[in-house]
Amino acid sequence: MAQTITKRGPVSGTAVTRSARKRKPFLLDLYGTAVGKKYAMAITGIGLIGFVVFHMIGNLKMYMGASDLNHYAHFLEKLLYPILPEKAMLWILRAGLIAMLLLHLHAAYSLTVLNRRARPVKYQSERDYQVASFASRSMRLTGIVVLLFVIWHLLDLTFGAGSINSYTGSKDAEGLKDVYGSVVFSLERVPVAIFYVLANIMLGTHLFHGVWSLFQSLGWNNPKFNKWRTGAATGIATLVVVGNVSFPIAVLAGIVG
Amino acid sequence: MSNHLKNLKLKIWRQDGPNTSGRFEDYIIDEISDEASFLEMLDVLNERLISDNKLPVVFDHDCREGICGTCSLMINGQAHGPERRTATCQLHMRKFKSGDEIVIEPWRASAFPIIKDLMVDRSAFDRIIESGGFITAPTGGAPDANLIPIPKPVADAAMDSAECIGCGACVAACPNGAANLFTAAKINHLNVLPQGQAERYKRVEAMVETMDEYFGSCTNHGECEAACPKEISIDVIALMNKDYRKSKVKNRKELSRG
Ligand code: HEM
Ligand code: FES
Repeated sequence: MAQTITKRGPVSGTAVTRSARKRKPFLLDLYGTAVGKKYAMAITGIGLIGFVVFHMIGNLKMYMGASDLNHYAHFLEKLLYPILPEKAMLWILRAGLIAMLLLHLHAAYSLTVLNRRARPVKYQSERDYQVASFASRSMRLTGIVVLLFVIWHLLDLTFGAGSINSYTGSKDAEGLKDVYGSVVFSLERVPVAIFYVLANIMLGTHLFHGVWSLFQSLGWNNPKFNKWRTGAATGIATLVVVGNVSFPIAVLAGIVG
Repeated sequence: MSNHLKNLKLKIWRQDGPNTSGRFEDYIIDEISDEASFLEMLDVLNERLISDNKLPVVFDHDCREGICGTCSLMINGQAHGPERRTATCQLHMRKFKSGDEIVIEPWRASAFPIIKDLMVDRSAFDRIIESGGFITAPTGGAPDANLIPIPKPVADAAMDSAECIGCGACVAACPNGAANLFTAAKINHLNVLPQGQAERYKRVEAMVETMDEYFGSCTNHGECEAACPKEISIDVIALMNKDYRKSKVKNRKELSRG
């Protein structure tokens, strides 16, 4: 296969010789390798997609009017109330999302470092890629834009920090948090609406490769459904982008507001 | 009847040794038959360099019939050049036109250090094979053919993986310098066959973890499959990932018994 110039290294991967006691706990052990980290990316990716799809469907309530959307938001705050205090379940869900996001980011970061190390000297001539798509090659870029958008979005519509959204936190006529009002207040600002649209297209691009890729990462390979993978990726990405992008357009067109 | 290509401009990576920095050097091929293979074209250049008292371009080659996996070369940004399902030795000059510029680089990966010019050391692949790419078979008299019945589709699946010639094009083509296609092909080739079952899970854990020591991580671009002279499908990567997950559970159970 090849000639050797470097000193012959030890055969290091022989799993048999290691004793069970020296092993790390199962999940840490799995996360220790690149293949394991891709499992983590795929699983957290599925969780985050679940959130994104749910979030988009929930927001469609704004087409039913202010009261519907505000009641829906109130319902989320009162999930499992009075078994748990108000907002407790919401914060449990949020904590789960944050944990998934952090894990996804950590895996993305450490695999990127690994990949850079695997080719410290780049090709000195231009590469001619055959099948890698724009989506697959820009996962880090699209991911970072989505992350920045998420941070902005939380400051804007969840916390209403300072001058970012001075309306967030106001109450409607029924005394509920006026989520509808904050959305309209925010998306009526054209630059914000543009950022919102761009970030969602980035998210769609990320999901287009991500959804296809996760089947590979999780070892879900079955000749029967392999041909559906691209369809699933296109479908989920389109669903999320079309739903989310419709909101700023509806606000600017005066359909919502 | 053969045609001739004229005035090819070659840009070839020259590097004196592993630890020196290299550079592109330009060469002109005035005329060459379109029936020449790519390596024969380099042979012609080297004959000329030798007669001019210059050092010939060092490149890897052996069988020159697409089965040994020794040839390599990044040709115009593609591993093994522009022809699909073809190793560099089987690439012919008819794929090019008169006046073309052809840029030739070695494989680039930290696990494949450059020895000289276009030749790289691919022994990191040997490390992966040593860790699990074998079966423990009793030696002695040759067993009868068909002693172990194997369904035809299984034999075919094993053969599809076994086609891998270990050339390293997958690593070279991968934007991440990952060796998942090679490793998965070598694992799958044995893991689907009855003879490979005894070490199935030890094999996948050992080989994946050895791969981890040298190579990057797969992000499912699919460039490896496109560059592979045997067109091995990235489906084998998914199968490896599945067996790796199972191995983590099974090997742990087995070890805690002992
Ligand atoms: C916070 C910023 C984010 C960054 C930096 C990021 C980065 C990445 C990177 C580098 C990959 C690896 C691509 C690959 O290996 O094929 C990836 C995969 C993925 N990401 Fe993200 N991502 C982010 C956020 C998200 C979000 C919000 C979602 C879901 C809504 C998501 C869903 C996915 C999915 C499903 C995959 C595929 C996993 C796999 O191939 O196994 N990501 N991400
Ligand atoms: S020289 Fe043997 S495969 Fe090309």
